Amino acid sequence: MNPDFVLWLAAILFGIGAFGLITRRNALVAFMCVELMLNAANLVLVTMSEVHGGLDGQVAALFVMVVAAAEVVVGLSIIVMVYRSRRSVSVDTASLLKR
Amino acid sequence: MTIPDPVFEWLELSPVLVVFVAACLGVIIEAVVPRKARFYCQLVLAEISLLSSVGFLVFNGVRGAWGPLAMKAVMLDGPAFVAWLALLVFGFLALLVFAERKINAGATAFAALASAVPGSATESEAIAQRREHTEIFPLALFSIAGMMVFVAANDLLTMFIALEVMSLPLYLMSGMARSRRILSQEAALKYFLLGAFASAFFLFGIALLYGYSGSFNLARIADSLGFSTMNRGLLLCGIGLMAVGLLFKAGVVPFQFWVPDVYTGAPTPVTGFMAICTKLAAVVGLARVFYVALGAERWSWQTLFAVLAIATMLVGVILALTQTDLKRLLAYSAISHAGFILTAVVGAYQNVAAGRVNAFGSIIFYLIAYGFGIIAAFAIITTVRDEGGEATRLQSWNGLGRKNPLLAGVFAFLLLSFAGIPLTGGFIGKWEVFASAWAGGFWWLAITAVGFSLVAAYVYIKVIMAMFFEEPDETVVVGKASLFTWIPVAIGALATLYLGIFPEHLMELVSNLQIFLR
Repeated sequence: MNPDFVLWLAAILFGIGAFGLITRRNALVAFMCVELMLNAANLVLVTMSEVHGGLDGQVAALFVMVVAAAEVVVGLSIIVMVYRSRRSVSVDTASLLKR
Repeated sequence: MTIPDPVFEWLELSPVLVVFVAACLGVIIEAVVPRKARFYCQLVLAEISLLSSVGFLVFNGVRGAWGPLAMKAVMLDGPAFVAWLALLVFGFLALLVFAERKINAGATAFAALASAVPGSATESEAIAQRREHTEIFPLALFSIAGMMVFVAANDLLTMFIALEVMSLPLYLMSGMARSRRILSQEAALKYFLLGAFASAFFLFGIALLYGYSGSFNLARIADSLGFSTMNRGLLLCGIGLMAVGLLFKAGVVPFQFWVPDVYTGAPTPVTGFMAICTKLAAVVGLARVFYVALGAERWSWQTLFAVLAIATMLVGVILALTQTDLKRLLAYSAISHAGFILTAVVGAYQNVAAGRVNAFGSIIFYLIAYGFGIIAAFAIITTVRDEGGEATRLQSWNGLGRKNPLLAGVFAFLLLSFAGIPLTGGFIGKWEVFASAWAGGFWWLAITAVGFSLVAAYVYIKVIMAMFFEEPDETVVVGKASLFTWIPVAIGALATLYLGIFPEHLMELVSNLQIFLR
């Protein structure tokens, strides 16, 4: 199996995620972009597991999903906390630490 | 297809397991123990678990239980041993500072109710009820357990999981300051978004490296270098993306943006904890991946790292000069220290005579010397206060030497250690790190680093001059802290002095425990 097509697809997804995180101002959207990047990595893991034979990559993808879920728990709690204290989740208003 | 039963070396892994189980017990304590008793329960549980973990670790070390553990997921070798020991000791000292309540009128430095909106009625009610977040102790233990797995991880998947286990509690802990809560929440948001971004890079790098080599195991990746039939682009992209994730955690330019903001916004005891423990874990993890798995590929990463080291020292030193806030100044100083450490990583010097340190030995010596100093320094920062809480503006520290000569003297001594003045641990650390970079063939990098450390000394001496020769600010006082603060300060300062005068003891230990197994 030739993995090139899937690798390019994963790279494009990863790029969209990275670009989105840098440009979007909403913390929730930025966070969704991170999830997109993690899933792009999952795509590579599963594809390469097929190429090499063996289950390592597929098992790794499961682990990554669990980690992503844990990250959502922590991330959303932080975002909700910030939203409650300033009624906005824009990362631009979070600039008190800049001088 | 049959899956073999996993083999799990319980005794050899006990140092990590003890900390992890104690963290889980801490979560249960939150649920069942009445609120008044919770604080001391959590504190005693956490500190005892760290001490007994040291006991198990030393026992395993004396027994000589080296080698791959848990189906080769974890490698207990010399570097893992020293890093575990250092993490446990620094974790112990940092958790003591967490427990300080006397200085803050009987309350910890952490929010009474982190979920309450700052300034709301719910918050004032929680403060009136003297509530406190004792979850901070299990969170710190989870983080320490994650760091311990991270520095010993023998395959990249374990490393990624450990990275998340160590980072997720830190994101929460940095958002839990009692005073200046909005600032603290902002730090948590920034740290979380940028940290998640960096770990996504790390994961994508792992995936590409797996694609290239067909394995997550570090030794098997090393074997596949040059022999894989896959495209070499996969390898190079994988190395680059993994480096982004690891260098972010270590706070190396151009991934240092989070450092000043998070160090300033986080509660000061937490800042002290992550200033050393996160950095130590990240640097040891970096060294393990790049020496064990990618050592044969060093021509493709050494030069890049050398450039990053210079950029890191430049940014850290120059921006430290312009800071007016002490926590922020120490954050930029932490960035410059990451640069100094990176010079030895670049040198990758391995061929040493018996009893001398190689690249890893010099790095871990530097980190240990820096760690004792930085934990004590942040503990001292918690004690200097005005009516608004901690006084971290540089002007507030003017004339501190007249108000409390002993405290100012100790702080000045720690700053001299960060600057690398002889008779301090910092000097020996810098010496070894630069010598190691020189011996690795990067003499120009070592000379540049010496130049930068001279400029950096000016930053620290400026603070010392202000403390002793400026007119005191009368609104600032040195608060009455309990032993929870003074013990870490005393141990940190004495250890810095000890490492400066008798470095050979630690050096000998490190030189016997500096070879990565594969």
